[in-house]
Amino acid sequence: MLGDDLKSLLDGALREIGTADAEGLEALRVSLLGKNGSVTTLLKSLGGMDPEARKAAGTQINLLKTQITDAISARRATLDEAALAARLAAERIDVTQPPRPEPQGAIHPLSRTTEEIAAIFGAMGFAIKDGPDIESDWNNFSALNIPAHHPARAMMDTFYLTAQPNERPAVLRTHTSPVQIRTMLNERPPIRIIVPGRTFRADHDATHSPMFHQCEGLVIEEGITLAHLKGCLSDFLSAFFGVPNLPVRLRASYFPFTEPSMEVDIGWSRKTGEIGGGTDWLEIGGSGMVHPNVLANCGIDPRKYQGFAFGVGLERITMLKHGINDLRLFYESDVRWLRHYGFSPLTPASLHEGI
Amino acid sequence: MKFSLSWLKTWLDTDASLDEITTALSAIGLEVEGVENKAETLKPFVIAEIVEAVPHPNADKLRVCRVNAGGDERSIVCGAPNARTGLKVVMAPPGAYVPGSGITIKVGEIRGQKSEGMLTSYRELGLEGDADGIIELPADAPVGAHFAQWAGLDEPVIEIAITPNRGDALAVRGIARDLAAAGLGRLKPFTAPAIQAEGASAIVWKNEFPEACPWVLGRTVRGVKNGPSPAWLQQRLESIGLRPINTLVDITNFFTYDLGRPLHVFDIKKLSSNTLTLRRGQEGDVFPGLHGKEIRPGAEDCVIADAAGAQSLAGITGGEGTGCDDATTEVFIECALFDRVKIAQTGQRSGIFSDARQRFERGIDSQALPEFLDAATAMVLQLCGGTASGVTEAGARPEWTREARLRFERIRSFGGSEITASEAVSSLERLGFAVQAQDEHSVTVAVPSWRNDVAQPQALDQAPDLPGAQAAAEGAAEIEPEVDLIEEVLRLKGLDAIPALSLPNAAVVPAPILTAKQARTALARRVLAARGMLDCVTFSFTDDAACALFGDTPESLRLANPIAADLNQMRPTPLVTLCQAGARNVARGFGAFGLFEIGPAYAADRSQALVAAGLRVGETPLSALAPARRYDALDAKADALAVLAALGVPLDAVTTSAGGPDYYHPGQSGALMQGPKTVLARFGTLHPSLCAKLDLPLGSVAFEILLDAIPEPKKRKKAAPALPPFQPLRRDFAFLVPETTPAETVLRAAKGAERNLISGVALFDRYQGKGVPEGMVSLAIAVTLQPAEKSLTDAEIEAVCAKIVAEVGKKAGGTLRG
Repeated sequence: MLGDDLKSLLDGALREIGTADAEGLEALRVSLLGKNGSVTTLLKSLGGMDPEARKAAGTQINLLKTQITDAISARRATLDEAALAARLAAERIDVTQPPRPEPQGAIHPLSRTTEEIAAIFGAMGFAIKDGPDIESDWNNFSALNIPAHHPARAMMDTFYLTAQPNERPAVLRTHTSPVQIRTMLNERPPIRIIVPGRTFRADHDATHSPMFHQCEGLVIEEGITLAHLKGCLSDFLSAFFGVPNLPVRLRASYFPFTEPSMEVDIGWSRKTGEIGGGTDWLEIGGSGMVHPNVLANCGIDPRKYQGFAFGVGLERITMLKHGINDLRLFYESDVRWLRHYGFSPLTPASLHEGI
Repeated sequence: MKFSLSWLKTWLDTDASLDEITTALSAIGLEVEGVENKAETLKPFVIAEIVEAVPHPNADKLRVCRVNAGGDERSIVCGAPNARTGLKVVMAPPGAYVPGSGITIKVGEIRGQKSEGMLTSYRELGLEGDADGIIELPADAPVGAHFAQWAGLDEPVIEIAITPNRGDALAVRGIARDLAAAGLGRLKPFTAPAIQAEGASAIVWKNEFPEACPWVLGRTVRGVKNGPSPAWLQQRLESIGLRPINTLVDITNFFTYDLGRPLHVFDIKKLSSNTLTLRRGQEGDVFPGLHGKEIRPGAEDCVIADAAGAQSLAGITGGEGTGCDDATTEVFIECALFDRVKIAQTGQRSGIFSDARQRFERGIDSQALPEFLDAATAMVLQLCGGTASGVTEAGARPEWTREARLRFERIRSFGGSEITASEAVSSLERLGFAVQAQDEHSVTVAVPSWRNDVAQPQALDQAPDLPGAQAAAEGAAEIEPEVDLIEEVLRLKGLDAIPALSLPNAAVVPAPILTAKQARTALARRVLAARGMLDCVTFSFTDDAACALFGDTPESLRLANPIAADLNQMRPTPLVTLCQAGARNVARGFGAFGLFEIGPAYAADRSQALVAAGLRVGETPLSALAPARRYDALDAKADALAVLAALGVPLDAVTTSAGGPDYYHPGQSGALMQGPKTVLARFGTLHPSLCAKLDLPLGSVAFEILLDAIPEPKKRKKAAPALPPFQPLRRDFAFLVPETTPAETVLRAAKGAERNLISGVALFDRYQGKGVPEGMVSLAIAVTLQPAEKSLTDAEIEAVCAKIVAEVGKKAGGTLRG
């Protein structure tokens, strides 16, 4: 039991501690427990007592000190908590406001299609070739079994560059096929290549652009037949459109550089636009077995080697795949269109992620 | 090529439905472009008679017609010069939609005169023919009848695309033959009629240009009566959009389509000699063609001339001066074989597209000239009367002995098809190929004379100095005719039946296929898009004035035949068309964006380089957190550096040189160099006068990364990294340097002061103003020291700092700012 003096000291101290602010609390601690504090002074007074009295008073004073120390700690904790709460309240920000903007870029649908084609044909063992847009007459026509007088030349609406004295006018390639020639002149079979690239024809309306893109394919190996052409195109088109067993139809046609020549149709629904659905057919490219004259023009003996070639319009398959309906906007660079149809740079075309 | 179903059936005996026929046509390579029944669109149009035509009281060029169309007479105001009393015409009643002009007829008043309908021209009905006046029907045309029905337009007309190899399919009979061979019926036989000839032809041929015309036939028919052809013939021609002219001309047009046999008829009385000469065009030859324009043939063109000069551009078009009209009583029928190549060349030079040219340049039947001439003569005699002469000819029937051999095994090993030998032979026979020899392995057939495209004489154009050229040429000569036969067999027997075989693949896991350059192009594209820019595809050509702003506009890159004046020059850099694209967006009201294109730049020597060009316009996006700021040249530099870094270029070795081509701001542009000579990229603010000319905002910035110049990174495994356990420490310096001193010089000097210790140097402040002398700049840099062996003592740190100060002083003329 504390004596009355000590009791009143304790009561007074506890009362003050209970209402002190941080600064007052520290002052109280010093005045009570500091070097010259009242409790410290009491403890020091024990030294002058006889052992009996010291024992009794010591117990009481130490009890007093413990109670005051605990009360100060408790008060301090309360004050700290309140101070933290006040600081946090003051530090509030408006988390609904937009973060610092980062403009989003996008990959053009044609670039994306080119990547997808590369991924699919890459899996079939094809290499990608490219060639110049400005071509010789020979590479673009003559070597491809299109002599100067051939009606097909007139049909191609060729762009010519202004001829220098004593030169044959260079052309803007009307198709990616000249790269077939360049490849066959420089490499021996087996050859498996695709050639995506720019092509040019003097035609400009809602469905024709004077510049557009094609992807050529060429396979020259021993034992390659028309059945492989059909299989290769089916494999490609099914993968590209993401439609397993996409119906693919070959229809007889004519190109000077292939024989037999065939248009390639895929099944779709004219009504809904669904690829692989419905009962209609949609032409998406040309193909055929490489003409013996083309092989011979490049020094390849058609008795030994044979193969196929095909070409598809990249705009066309891109429009079909993504439901884009205006060709002209591909080249307009309207930022709204690019953002709408563009692809994230962080999801490059890969077969294992799906294309 | 158009033909009506009934016309087809004159040669094809078939029960097949229209659907079956069109499906088969497309499958065998005669692609159906459309099927139309004109009677559907022309339903309201009726045959009428102009009872009386009087001049309009209030308009010089108009007539007021009383018109009888079977019901009550009505008044119609007509502006056609040939509207006259008694004429049979085609009338559109009120409510009729006129397909050729896109209007719907209403009752109205024209200058005070009532008009209750319209008298129409061929053009207004959407038919081929004269647009100058209204249609003139023969006097026996029944008033009140539906015009389309009377004109034989009430049936399906099929239009097919003819590929350049199939001259034989530019004939209704040829199409019928193909369909019969595909199993859709039986081809009716053609038998040449016997002609009772009297006397020799009054006109004779003289051939001075046999290279262009190896064989020509002709005969006169005297005492003919020309005029409108009978209804069946007019209907045939109208059904495919040809305008009937007169019987003699209609007969030639009929055989052009029916048998693919172009003919020409001369009015003998208009010829100035009785010899017609086939010769080269010469100086002074000029005559009006049937297409309404003057023809001036050259020395490589074959003409048909009389004593007065050239009268016809052989195989292309006749001349207006010697053609047949209603007054013709004596006619000379020309039936010739022209050289395909010569016709194609003359056709290209003259720019005339005619039915005759179309057939001659693809190749007509070279053997059946006498038979077809007889067929035409018989029709002339039948429809116009008169007496036929004997046949005159020049040149000789060309030799035709083409053979081709098919090894049956090749149907599978080349065509991938399971068609049997007997099926193959039967297909070929139905197409007119005659079996010459056959055993169990192969068949040899004679090629029919109408199939110019099969087993053609070899026309190679081999590359010069080609190894193996001789063997390859022999191979082609041997293989080509066989491939022709395989093609015929496959197209008739169905390409559908060919199984799809996946390509044999040697590797289960395919090797990467992109070349290093291709892979880096794709990566550059992703880097730029990831930096917020939009990937564009713009034209390789644009207007030369815009190109001139970006450098030279050499003739060698000028298009000879641009499609539009503003698409006439190959661009020297993709930046040209990218800037134009940028301006279009600005014009649409979008003023802040980044565009880029990875595409070709063309040089005067016509070589082509791959350039990644970028354009940033306007400001960074608005935000409460960071103030928007204009993009500047160093943003463009950052884009270029990001690409270079991603492509593995060691940036430590890249230096920046100030300045650039004229289209950049001279004080805000630079080049990123590797070594003293190799420019990897250019960047900067675009020149203000260029921006003004292209309608781009001033201050737009751009870069051009020359992807071809970027070396392939060396494929080396990285050494293990040094990861010393000692903390790095930073020391800051502020140097005063002349304001023209490149910051890069200061940074390089500092970094080079103690290579083993200094791991990084960053410029963090650039200050000019109070406290800095005029003409000087204060550059503040933070240097990071990374001790490798032990912690540095103060003395050691002091020593490094002193070295840095000394180096910057020596290399950049910098002094430590007090």
